[in-house]
Amino acid sequence: MSAPARPAPLLQVRDLRKHFTRTRGVVRREHEVVRAVDGVSFDVMPGETLGLVGESGCGKTTTGRAILRLVEPTSGSVHFDGRDLLALRGGDLRRMRRRMQIVFQDPFSSLNPRMTVGAIVREGLTIHRLAEGEAADRRVRQLLEEVGLRPEYAGRYPHEFSGGQRQRVGIARALSVEPSFIVCDEPVSALDVSVQAQVVNLLADLRRERQLAYLFIAHDLAVVEHIADRVAVMYLGHIVELARARDLYREPLMPYTRALLSAVPVPDPGAARERIILHGDVPSPAHPPSGCVFHPRCQHPAKDAACTQVVPPLEEKAPGHFAACIKVPAGA
Amino acid sequence: MSGRPGGALRRDARAWFAAGVIVLVTAAAVAAPLVARHDPLAIDLNAQLLPPSGAHWLGTDVQGRDVWARLVYGARISLSVGVLSQMIALALGLALGLAAGYYGRWTDELVMRLADVTLAFPTLLLLIALVAALQPSLVVVFLTIGFVGWAAMARLVRGQVLVVRELEFVQASRGLGARDTRVMVRHILPSVIAPVVIAATLGIAAAIMAESSLSFLGLGVQPPTPSWGAMIADARDLAQLRHAPWTSVAPGAAIGLTVLAFNLLGDALRDALDPRGLARARSAPEITQT
Repeated sequence: MSAPARPAPLLQVRDLRKHFTRTRGVVRREHEVVRAVDGVSFDVMPGETLGLVGESGCGKTTTGRAILRLVEPTSGSVHFDGRDLLALRGGDLRRMRRRMQIVFQDPFSSLNPRMTVGAIVREGLTIHRLAEGEAADRRVRQLLEEVGLRPEYAGRYPHEFSGGQRQRVGIARALSVEPSFIVCDEPVSALDVSVQAQVVNLLADLRRERQLAYLFIAHDLAVVEHIADRVAVMYLGHIVELARARDLYREPLMPYTRALLSAVPVPDPGAARERIILHGDVPSPAHPPSGCVFHPRCQHPAKDAACTQVVPPLEEKAPGHFAACIKVPAGA
Repeated sequence: MSGRPGGALRRDARAWFAAGVIVLVTAAAVAAPLVARHDPLAIDLNAQLLPPSGAHWLGTDVQGRDVWARLVYGARISLSVGVLSQMIALALGLALGLAAGYYGRWTDELVMRLADVTLAFPTLLLLIALVAALQPSLVVVFLTIGFVGWAAMARLVRGQVLVVRELEFVQASRGLGARDTRVMVRHILPSVIAPVVIAATLGIAAAIMAESSLSFLGLGVQPPTPSWGAMIADARDLAQLRHAPWTSVAPGAAIGLTVLAFNLLGDALRDALDPRGLARARSAPEITQT
């Protein structure tokens, strides 16, 4: 049996962990370990968009930043285009950063209020010596146009813009160094609904024109559905389900994913839909439940004692459809 | 336009008063040979403790030296110690505070424990000990005051850096591949500089007080060079206080007024540069009054 020849993944994340240690007390030091990301693995193919969804605090933002080494991962491995990112130091890491960028959630804190929009977009050009002087000015104007802003805006300050416009500036900044991969960290969740679609469409257009790969982080499944090729669902630092977007939305396997999907508003008021209401709060990642981290809130009919003891592996239950649940049979 | 720090400062009476005093004192210090009218060191034993008059505006001291001349030359000492010591404190505090806040871990631990040690000593006692160990002179005085002042400055800077470091625009710059120095100089420093400038302004006032105290104790600039603290020390016997109050009142008032001016300027700057006020003005420029 030979697997069909597949292109090499652009990004390969294996067993990524990021634990934060909180220290309390002066004399009797107590260390509390918060397992923000606790063993996450996935691939992103060149030009592919992987959606990463989950509730706030599930570790999706930390995952994105750990991949880019904006926070240092505790353990695991990240390979980008075959190179081990976690082994890079100093200048090698800085040069590699050109190829992977990030667009942030908050359009207000993501732009330096003391720099003009032109200076913000230009910084990457200067750092990597991509253009200088007149050529850099031209490039900045081009980039602003490309994200749908007027080139004259280069001389203005961020506070003169709306949230959507500021998000476009952030996108232009990311594009300036010509990356092949961008982490979009909830790029539209701080925007008005009417503006959200525009920004998502811009990201989709740019992906097509520049063959970009995205890790698209969101807590809103409806937004991800429009743009993602595949979707990973995170809960309490773990990926609990990973599938092609179509499959995941049509046939979610994990009880948690079902509950999430049932919460997405549907435009058709007549559609008969069963709302699955989860009870209780998300447990603290400092004291995650034993076994399956989702078991205290799980409403699966077959839930039993094994769920509280066995840590469910992320298994391929159907072709290309992975789920971490011991009660979902393979071939489902 | 209100909301701009410059505008807020211009409408602040304290700022005007402070600026007026500071400009006058600075002008007098710079132009001392022109303003003084007498040699501050010229002893005239025939003219001891003369009351203020047309010849001696503020009278003469116990050795017959002109009090006004000594006051004007003393301003040079006070101002240079105040400004130079704060430049030292600022340079040390900014560099170490930035490093501690940005790099964290053992750098932070090391710098902050050093700061704790420095701050654990009563400032004046530490100054006295250091100056006494090093031979009192102008250079030693401003070096020690500046060195002792680094700790408070570093703490302030570190606290600000911890807040700014996590902001997304700082992360974005790192993500673009900027070197640490670029991130610190272009993004972090401009965001932390306002409170630091305020602290340095208030620090000048404290440094002038410290210099005067040291001079009063004979540990500052050595006689016969005129210094405000030393002038008060020379004038402190009971007979002089009772019969020639100008010898102590003049330098005392000079210290008080100058220190007050720098403190008021610091307060006015704080109100004008209040980061919250600034943020409000930035995010909603259209509703500010013009």
